Amino acid sequence: MLCQSCGKRQATTHIKTILNGELKEYDLCPECAQKMGYGSFFGNIGFDLDHLFGSFMDSFTGTARPQKRCQCCGSSFEDIAKSGKVGCAKCYEVFYEELLPSVQRIHGRTSHTGKLAHSAGTQVRARNELIKLRAELERAVKAQEFEKAAELRDRIKELEKTNADNA
Amino acid sequence: MSEKKFDTLNDVSDVVISTRIRFARNLREYPFPCRLSDEKKRKVAAVVKSAVLDGHSAISSRFEYIQMSELTQEEAVSLVERHLVSPEFISDRQGRGLLLLDDESVSIMINEEDHIRIQVISAGMNLDGTYDLADKIDTLLDEQLQFAFNDKLGYLTQCPTNIGTGMRASLMLHLPALKESGAMGKISSSLSKLGLVIRGMYGEGTEPKGAIYQLSNQVTLGISEQEAINNLRDIANQLITQERAARETLSKNITVQDRIYRSYGILQYSKLLSNDECMQLLSNVRFGVEAGFFQGISFDRINRLFIEAQPATLMKNIGKKLTPQERDRIRAELVRSTLMQPQVPSSHRLEE
Repeated sequence: MLCQSCGKRQATTHIKTILNGELKEYDLCPECAQKMGYGSFFGNIGFDLDHLFGSFMDSFTGTARPQKRCQCCGSSFEDIAKSGKVGCAKCYEVFYEELLPSVQRIHGRTSHTGKLAHSAGTQVRARNELIKLRAELERAVKAQEFEKAAELRDRIKELEKTNADNA
Repeated sequence: MSEKKFDTLNDVSDVVISTRIRFARNLREYPFPCRLSDEKKRKVAAVVKSAVLDGHSAISSRFEYIQMSELTQEEAVSLVERHLVSPEFISDRQGRGLLLLDDESVSIMINEEDHIRIQVISAGMNLDGTYDLADKIDTLLDEQLQFAFNDKLGYLTQCPTNIGTGMRASLMLHLPALKESGAMGKISSSLSKLGLVIRGMYGEGTEPKGAIYQLSNQVTLGISEQEAINNLRDIANQLITQERAARETLSKNITVQDRIYRSYGILQYSKLLSNDECMQLLSNVRFGVEAGFFQGISFDRINRLFIEAQPATLMKNIGKKLTPQERDRIRAELVRSTLMQPQVPSSHRLEE
């Protein structure tokens, strides 16, 4: 499919907007998407890019608060929002609250359930194991594999008990 | 992976060209590459390099370290054409390094968008096997390096689109019939609702050439590696079924048949072949092989041509710089000699 803006390049980005209650859909090529402000995942609305960043700025400069910066790499949230790039691992802690809406928008979820680095704590290990087992249980029940489901239920109960004891 | 699953469709090589798993990882104590000076980048490269090369695993000795700034432009572009690095990676080669396994199945990009990008590629549909190898290499590095990891957000990456598992699983698919039938736009928008994305053959922002597409998972947070892979496999299998049905219909069409046979003729007899034309004709011929028009041409041979006929790889294999016309001449020779032996079988009857 060709880009609906330039009509020349291949469209790779599908965009849905709801403006004044009216749903509009576009297929754009990367260049046009970028030009219209859809290049960054932080740009959450419309074609009015200037206004968008203006409104970002308001919440910082407008209130005359000293700008919060990451001590590790020196990034402010404004830097991150503008570039779409997070500065360092510490930024995710410093700007956790600010980043969360974007994370939610991108992934639909906000909590990791996959592989753990060896540096991850034991608590998170137990929590992830529980999430995994519960998902497996749900699948087993759906597939009517009741023997497996019973086994899983026992393991979940056991794990919940250990977690409660440790807490 | 604990639970081995067989890919539900047995032989899918008519549609699936290759499988790729990529992990994004970062070192905890260094800012991400966008905030890293060239000097610090070199330091990161040195740390990662020694973690891989000095490891005690058997695989360590099979890696070669390549300083990206020391490559010629052709060598660098050829790495992209062979899908060993991203186009982004060679746009600025300063402070960037590559660890490449001897059979080119594993490449570790250092200081791309993230400090570490582990990438494993294998032929055909092989999600579990490819994941297993990527997972092993990741674990090997995890033992020696301090990865940036957050209990809530998982592996931390420069771009928030990759946090969580940091995993991108992709399948390279040949979808000539779905493209021809104009279904790709619709498919692409419905895929995005399922947390998947379909792009051109060299990934982000590239156009699909020769009807080759890359299907990959988009969501990386709140979904385990196994779930993401199963999801990708399910959707891929649906696409394969749709593509096959579309081929079945299209291959009966005389206009399509004519185009396929003509493409084969041009590839056999032309003296000059531009890259775009070559990709398109090869795609048509592959469709012909898939539809059973030609025998004796393996998918593997065409898949290799898709890569070997690319401009930089052509020059790298010949060992010298070529003008565009020389390239077109050598490309035509390469394609002709590769496709030469097999003949259109006389047993094939056109349905009138």
